[in-house]
Amino acid sequence: MSTQDELARVVRDHAGRLAGALVSLLGDFSAAEDVVQDAVEIALKRWPVEGIPERPDAWLFTVAKRRGLDVLRRQQNHRAKLAELELPVRPPPDDRLRLVFTCCHPALAREAQVALTLRVVCGLTTAQIAAAFLASESAVGQRITRAKRKITDAGIPYRIPRDDELPERLTEVLTVIYLLFNEGYLSSTAERAHSRDLVDDAEWLTALLHGLLPNEPEVAGLLALIRLHRARTAARFTPAGDLVLLEDQDRTLWDHAAIADATALLTRTARRHRAPGPYQLQAAIAACHSEAPTWSETDWPQILVLYDLLIALEPSPVTSLHRSIALAYVRGPADALAELDALAGDLDTYPLFHATRAQFLRDLDRPAEARTADERAARLTANPAQLGLLQERLAN
Amino acid sequence: MKYVLMFIETEEFAKEFADLAPGEREEAFRRVYQWFDDHRDKITNRGSKLQGAETATTVRLDGGRVLTTDGPFIEGKEVVSGFTEIDVEDLDEALRMVKNWPGCPVVEIRPVDEV
Repeated sequence: MSTQDELARVVRDHAGRLAGALVSLLGDFSAAEDVVQDAVEIALKRWPVEGIPERPDAWLFTVAKRRGLDVLRRQQNHRAKLAELELPVRPPPDDRLRLVFTCCHPALAREAQVALTLRVVCGLTTAQIAAAFLASESAVGQRITRAKRKITDAGIPYRIPRDDELPERLTEVLTVIYLLFNEGYLSSTAERAHSRDLVDDAEWLTALLHGLLPNEPEVAGLLALIRLHRARTAARFTPAGDLVLLEDQDRTLWDHAAIADATALLTRTARRHRAPGPYQLQAAIAACHSEAPTWSETDWPQILVLYDLLIALEPSPVTSLHRSIALAYVRGPADALAELDALAGDLDTYPLFHATRAQFLRDLDRPAEARTADERAARLTANPAQLGLLQERLAN
Repeated sequence: MKYVLMFIETEEFAKEFADLAPGEREEAFRRVYQWFDDHRDKITNRGSKLQGAETATTVRLDGGRVLTTDGPFIEGKEVVSGFTEIDVEDLDEALRMVKNWPGCPVVEIRPVDEV
């Protein structure tokens, strides 16, 4: 593990815990978040030089408390409260859960939910979030400031939602984590020097949620999904950093123990609950791919069924695009192309639509049209790894 | 915490409402009164229905001069048609209240600045 990874892990383990405890004690989300963030920024400057302290949580707490006293000197009531604060020996386990639900409250815009979760729960600095999303630091900073102000002013509670509200609010939280995961998974192909691994943060957050809400099937589903994708990481890139399609990956490089674990988690969850949700279905599709010894031995009919269930729950043109790929293996490229062409209105600017079309056209021995489609895809993508693949196709 | 709920009508809603049979309209009103009754303990003023948007006059005070114009502040298809003030624990409680509001299709929840 590199020093940066180690730092990220330590900060993530403790910053969110500390923020949770401080909000609980201070009853002021914004003030607590400010002092923890200050402590994190100081730690990220000093730890690489001085080494990670033996008790990083106590270190962060001391700095946060001192900063708090500095910042809030003029606010007598906060000052008295802060002075009395002690690092809780074992914070209540749901402190961070409350924090996650507050950060992902539906009254906040999606971008604000994402930025706030990364910052408050995972301990990322504004600069790190900006780097991960290719946004300007000032834009991210403003987004966070505005969101924190809204939490206070609009009376967004620091609380785990009531049982009857939990499913809906949990969906909101999972959407935020899924977004982080996707952003991290896709952008890992782009050149981003110092950005933190968002997939790591997404997995950590989901595992945290799963630990706190072990009976929520969709939390388990998302965790399995993320772990199944991560288990294939070693085969996703060439040593030069080029993207390798699932079809062409060296399956001996996959982490088969991790795949077995994630699949077992999925099976246990499915056994307890009927009617799987969208994350469980996506994980089940990933599991089908991960368990196939070769691409041609993939259980395509099963994948097709899973896509049908997924589309019934959450219709989306992108999901239909993926379904058409499975369909090509079950019923042949002509049927698949017909289905794909029906999506043209929605996906005309989506590079993968044209790249997939090109593949079907090649299979149908229509090379000229295939070439046009590949060219179209290449014009639409900015992702260097995708572009590399397409250019290689066009060169042949 | 105090919030004002602003009830916002859309053109579509107004049209549907105008097309209701008298009995149905009575039932719609009854549901609204019922909602006010159900939340009696949280409502700090009983609520007011406003007259039509065409009766509004807007005063703009920016730029050092006063500009008085006819009509509501937004020339739009969505118009505030009434409001009420509530006193609840937090935004989640306000959201729960609004979830079963039986009237117009849009409600804006705005905290009252208690300075």
